[in-house]
Amino acid sequence: MAKGFDIRRQTGFATIAMACFVILYLPIVLLVVYSFNAGTSVAIWEGFSWRWYVSAWDNDQVQAATVRSLVIAFWATLIATTCAVLAALATTRQGSFRGYTLIFAMINQPLMVPEIVTAVALLIFFAMIKVATGYTGLFYLIIAHSAFCLPFAYMPIRARLQGMDLSLEHAAMDLYGTPWRVFRRVTLPQLWPGILAGAMLAFVISLDDVVITEFVKSAGQDTLPTYMLGQLRRVVTPEVNAISTALLAISVVMVMGFFFLSRTKK
Amino acid sequence: MIEIANVSKIFTGRGAPFTALDDVSVTIRENEFFTLLGPSGCGKTTLLRVIAGFIDPTHGAVKLEGQDLVKLPPYRRPVNTVFQSYALFPHMTVAQNIAFGLEMLDKPSAEIKATVDQMLELVRMTPMADRKTSEISGGQQQRVALARALAPRPKVLLLDEPLSALDFKLRKDMQLELKRLQSETGITFVFVTHDQEEALTMSDRIAVMNAGDIRQIGGPRDIYDHPAERFVADFIGDTNFLEVELLATEGETARIRLPSGVETEVRAPRDGVAPGPVTLAVRPEHASLSGGDGAALPGTLANVVYFGTDTHFHVDLDGGARFVLRQQNQPGTAQGWSVGDAVTVTLAPGVGQVLRD
Ligand SMILES: Nc1ncnc2c1ncn2[C@@H]1O[C@H](COP(=O)(O)OP(=O)(O)OP(=O)(O)O)[C@@H](O)[C@H]1O
Ligand SMILES: [Mg+2]
Repeated sequence: MAKGFDIRRQTGFATIAMACFVILYLPIVLLVVYSFNAGTSVAIWEGFSWRWYVSAWDNDQVQAATVRSLVIAFWATLIATTCAVLAALATTRQGSFRGYTLIFAMINQPLMVPEIVTAVALLIFFAMIKVATGYTGLFYLIIAHSAFCLPFAYMPIRARLQGMDLSLEHAAMDLYGTPWRVFRRVTLPQLWPGILAGAMLAFVISLDDVVITEFVKSAGQDTLPTYMLGQLRRVVTPEVNAISTALLAISVVMVMGFFFLSRTKK
Repeated sequence: MIEIANVSKIFTGRGAPFTALDDVSVTIRENEFFTLLGPSGCGKTTLLRVIAGFIDPTHGAVKLEGQDLVKLPPYRRPVNTVFQSYALFPHMTVAQNIAFGLEMLDKPSAEIKATVDQMLELVRMTPMADRKTSEISGGQQQRVALARALAPRPKVLLLDEPLSALDFKLRKDMQLELKRLQSETGITFVFVTHDQEEALTMSDRIAVMNAGDIRQIGGPRDIYDHPAERFVADFIGDTNFLEVELLATEGETARIRLPSGVETEVRAPRDGVAPGPVTLAVRPEHASLSGGDGAALPGTLANVVYFGTDTHFHVDLDGGARFVLRQQNQPGTAQGWSVGDAVTVTLAPGVGQVLRD
């Protein structure tokens, strides 16, 4: 029998693969390495030191931005995940209905509409509300983040629901479980890994957003990424590397958690 | 007890509408082991789901002790199901699975515990009460599914091919066990199977279904000995079909003329058939090669197949039809015929059933 097309046997495959990995990961490795630089340069190595981590930790602005980032990510994750659970239930447990594709597209809209468009639209929309109400708190950022985190939370939850045996819910209903009790006693316990995976993904996505945050934030509402962006416009010190490395660590942990959870079987 | 009256179910999906149940009417009695038997896709599961409440019938009524069930959601129907896939809750132990229905009914916890213990005892699963459902064998899962459905003491238990996933030996054991449970609990069982032998050995009454319709309802003997139509005769057991001429019917008896010209008396169909060409069904073990009283059908022995307990004789009748006889083997005596012999198939009076179509 012919082996069929095997990409790994094509000439140059190994070279291209290596090149891709180098381009992807070398900059990140350098970023991490230079976060430990003893000097002030992000390009010239002057020995190992924790000084930029200490300096970032002691920086009031960094502290405030970190707290803000976490608060926004927390609430956005909570809201987006809750909505995602409801949306996933509605799109997998109701059978097919008219307008299903439309609903599906609308839930995933943030993945398809260019982020800059959403950002500008939100900027204008929130500006109108700000003028009308005078309120300029974090709420706008939380809502904006919830919106674009939704599809990221939705996808793993929906995947989990689709993989779940519908006959379990039927069995629970057959045994006198009202819809709410069936959900709580049978659906939810099995959905947890999906929900956690979705929440982690949403959290990471919220944590590293720049574009929408930059447009929506009011004065003095820098998150960690927008603060870093602001820093880059002035002097670049390895402090930025240190913050990036910390963010990277959080993201890696979360994404690993996500893969682990989405792999576990019921 | 359960009255199913003129129930139809038409699925309207993306494709053409599909009639899964076509005007089905049946009354299932209290305390009965009632079996729905039929080939794959004939609508057995659909009918069960209509009773359980997972499918709304397109037309018709389902009543339990006079109460209309159709408007009630599944969780308000005093009916429990043993699903074909068992559908045990994987995140609960055996005991928690069995307790589930009682908890949903908000029974006091002492009562739940007592009933669960009793159920574990009944299905002989007490030593495994605290195991996860993934840590027990297929047969044990089946017993847990049964116990879970029985625990809330439903008025009716619906069983959708609960034994089909089990191996032969376990299936035999479980058949006896199911019969025992049914008589011990006094609960009405509605049992779905496509295994005719299972249906014959276990049921009080059988409904034979085909293409969304109940073709015949009766006790196992009745269905086997007096099939009403070709489909039923063919689906249950082995049958010889002879094209004969119906001369007259009188009550239960029909006078016919066999292809050989001989006239004889056989059983008439219940709902009456006009004289003329009809089909006669004869079970292989009801005819004889040894002569005796009755109508004779001469032919040539074409094949002899030995089966241990009995022997099958394939006879080519004069006129072309093939007739299969089955005779029980007696110890020590050899069968006295060999292939190519001229033989005579004899139908004793009253053997054979005229079919309605
Ligand atoms: N939701 C549905 N939409 C459309 N057609 C359906 C649906 N459910 C069942 N059917 C059709 O209805 C017919 C009866 O299905 P049903 O499941 O009742 O068969 P069954 O007698 O239980 O068969 P089996 O022995 O294979 O389980 C089948 O032809 C099936 O394809
Ligand atoms: Mg079925």
